[in-house]
Amino acid sequence: MDGFDPVLLARWQFAFTVSFHIVFPAFSIGLASYLAVLEALWLSTGRTTYLTLFNYWKKIFAVAFAMGVVSGLVMSYQFGTNWSVFSDKAGPIIGPLMGYEVLTAFFLEAGFLGVMLFGLNKVGKGLHFVATLMVAIGTFISAFWILSANSWMQTPVGYTINAAGQFVPADWWAIIFNPSFPYRLVHMVIAAYLTTALVVGAVGAWHLLRDKMNDGAGVMFSMAMWMLAIVAPIQILAGDLHGLNTLEHQPAKIAAMEGHFETRAGAPLILFGWPDMEAEKTLYEIAIPSLGSLILTHEWNGVVRGLKEWPKEDRPNALIVFWSFRIMVGLGFLMFGLGLWSLWGRMRRRLYDTKALHAAALLMGPTGFVAVLAGWVTTEAGRQPYTVYGLLRTADSAAPIAAQAVAASLIAFVVVYFFVFGAGVFYLLRLMSKPPHEGEADSPSDAHLRSAGIVPAPALETVGELAIHPEGRR
Amino acid sequence: MILDLAFIWAAIIAFAVLAYVMMDGFDLGIGILFPFYKAEADRDRMMNSVAPVWDGNETWLVLGGGGLFAVFPLAYATIMPALYAPIVIMLLALVFRGVAFEFRWRTTRGKFLWDWAFASGSIVATFAQGIALGTIVQGIPIADRAYAGGWWTWLTPFSLFTGLALVVGYALLGATWLILKTDEKLQDRSYRFALVLGPVTLFLIGLVSLWTPFLEPLYMERWFSWPRMLYTIPVPLLVALAAYLLIKGILKREELTPFLASLALFILSFIGIGISFYPYIVPPTLTIWDAAAPQESLGFLLVGAVVLVPIILAYTAYAYWVFRGKVGSEGYH
Repeated sequence: MDGFDPVLLARWQFAFTVSFHIVFPAFSIGLASYLAVLEALWLSTGRTTYLTLFNYWKKIFAVAFAMGVVSGLVMSYQFGTNWSVFSDKAGPIIGPLMGYEVLTAFFLEAGFLGVMLFGLNKVGKGLHFVATLMVAIGTFISAFWILSANSWMQTPVGYTINAAGQFVPADWWAIIFNPSFPYRLVHMVIAAYLTTALVVGAVGAWHLLRDKMNDGAGVMFSMAMWMLAIVAPIQILAGDLHGLNTLEHQPAKIAAMEGHFETRAGAPLILFGWPDMEAEKTLYEIAIPSLGSLILTHEWNGVVRGLKEWPKEDRPNALIVFWSFRIMVGLGFLMFGLGLWSLWGRMRRRLYDTKALHAAALLMGPTGFVAVLAGWVTTEAGRQPYTVYGLLRTADSAAPIAAQAVAASLIAFVVVYFFVFGAGVFYLLRLMSKPPHEGEADSPSDAHLRSAGIVPAPALETVGELAIHPEGRR
Repeated sequence: MILDLAFIWAAIIAFAVLAYVMMDGFDLGIGILFPFYKAEADRDRMMNSVAPVWDGNETWLVLGGGGLFAVFPLAYATIMPALYAPIVIMLLALVFRGVAFEFRWRTTRGKFLWDWAFASGSIVATFAQGIALGTIVQGIPIADRAYAGGWWTWLTPFSLFTGLALVVGYALLGATWLILKTDEKLQDRSYRFALVLGPVTLFLIGLVSLWTPFLEPLYMERWFSWPRMLYTIPVPLLVALAAYLLIKGILKREELTPFLASLALFILSFIGIGISFYPYIVPPTLTIWDAAAPQESLGFLLVGAVVLVPIILAYTAYAYWVFRGKVGSEGYH
């Protein structure tokens, strides 16, 4: 075990736990908003299908949210256990941002989650809708603060450094709204919406493929495809702006993303290749001349800086960043294509019976998650070798923990996460594989009622107005 | 006593940790007691009694950790590596028990698995929290702004003992919560458990209290020097009062008193630890002023805390109010 570098192990551990974690919030940010929209539509139109869909997705939300909570709790302690020097130095800035996340978002979500999941009969429709809204708003506020904290690590401003080597806040407004934050926030929140739309669309498509008359499946598919058609192009635009912002503040990251080692005027756009960090060039490249400069500088002969501008020890790993970026962008364009296809199908009034479209939507279901992960790999691996960009090196951020301890805990996290979240994903897929039907039980835990065997009739009757059919309950 | 930002924040963090212990204590306690209640219907009701609130309860743990990171970063940066193994184990255990709240209802075949995950996760998480407490009480070696011990330094008879004591204590909170939230046979059984767990908890509190002053001369001086004893004497007296109310409440079959008296025992123990510690946050080296973040950080977050914590308490109280009454008897699923 002596051969292992504790810092590298700690990085793997953080990458592993945060990657597992981000999947759940990316889904629950979008799904919480979708639930709020469904409940609002139900309350305003009275159409039962919306309630059916609300209850259907609420069960799925509950499972995904629970996984997000427990994997997030791990993150809030991991800064201290594995990155204690970073915590000591950056804590005065990152800490309060995350403190505000807890105070304004986590408590809000958690406090109203119980009412949203279990409380419809207890508090009535109006207050229940308020609870759903609070959960949705909470997920958004949470994204706001955590992305502000992350963006500050990418583009740190508004600080001074004290005698103990700590970052001391000088201007909170500048810290919160640091240069990359607005771009990252917009890009990530849209990504969460797209991810959710793709999952909802895939579930709708799956049930349409099996029964194209299923009203709930049709409604969710249509809603998801609207979302995709409208938001995917916006996301491409937002991503482009985010890239230009990165070029301004983290040009080394852009050089790695583009696979550029040499600084050139009229740089090509490298479509594919194999960036070799040792040889300092991109092998086997397929490139379009001058297009790289045009995209990045909006001039045919604009100068694009290559990685050789920076000393070797200051460069991010281009191989990882180059490919993760391409995976994200490629999937983004596929999403855009699916959105266009759905518009075409809609115009021809074939949205609900084009099997190929449904099959494509089904296949695209998980791509939002892949794109989110690829995007985060791009921005985080691209920030290396720093935790606070340009100021605090990753190697100088880690806790004084023996390699054995980090390795043991890494193995424990891998085993537990694969088992627990594997089971969770299985349950999610099983929930999604069942078609939405009228009389969807109003609770995420209809099983509570069945297995408890102490079902109180009056409680069910109050739900009666929400059209519960006994035979509908499996 | 100096009323400055670091002191105010120490009070807020202490409050958050106490709020966590009071709220998550009983729902972890439900998990600890799970193996002793075999009937599936009982287990369903036990879990349902905390299902709507457990997530909010656990958020206080995030505030405790996140708050420490924000306002006492040096304490966070030294305590967490010192507690590396117990913290990682606690987090993994909380993963198991947290997901069990949902997963358990999603399967029939695998239900036993998540019953097991809920029980063992609760027990292990509590034990790890108790070890963490014991480790901090016995002192953490620090050199040059960093933890200076090994990754097994936390493992001592004392820390294992505080771990055990916390498991029993949370089980008492769980049992008295069940007395409050259930009826008939399930409640009867909980009364019987509480009658055993109550005296055992008191015995363990007594033992830890007697052990602590011998760990660190500083603690001895806190408790037994004049005139500080004026502050400290009421604590054991109040513990005796809470103990009396607890036992009397259980014997007289009162529903609310045992739970409140158990909470009072936790509050008093917590105050006792506070008396031993103050003004240290990482004994025996770091005081709250040594570990405090710069004033700019403390002030910025304090504005939010002053406004938001009362609001959080208000809607948390509302959530508890919505789900008041006996669980199962009115079917709030």
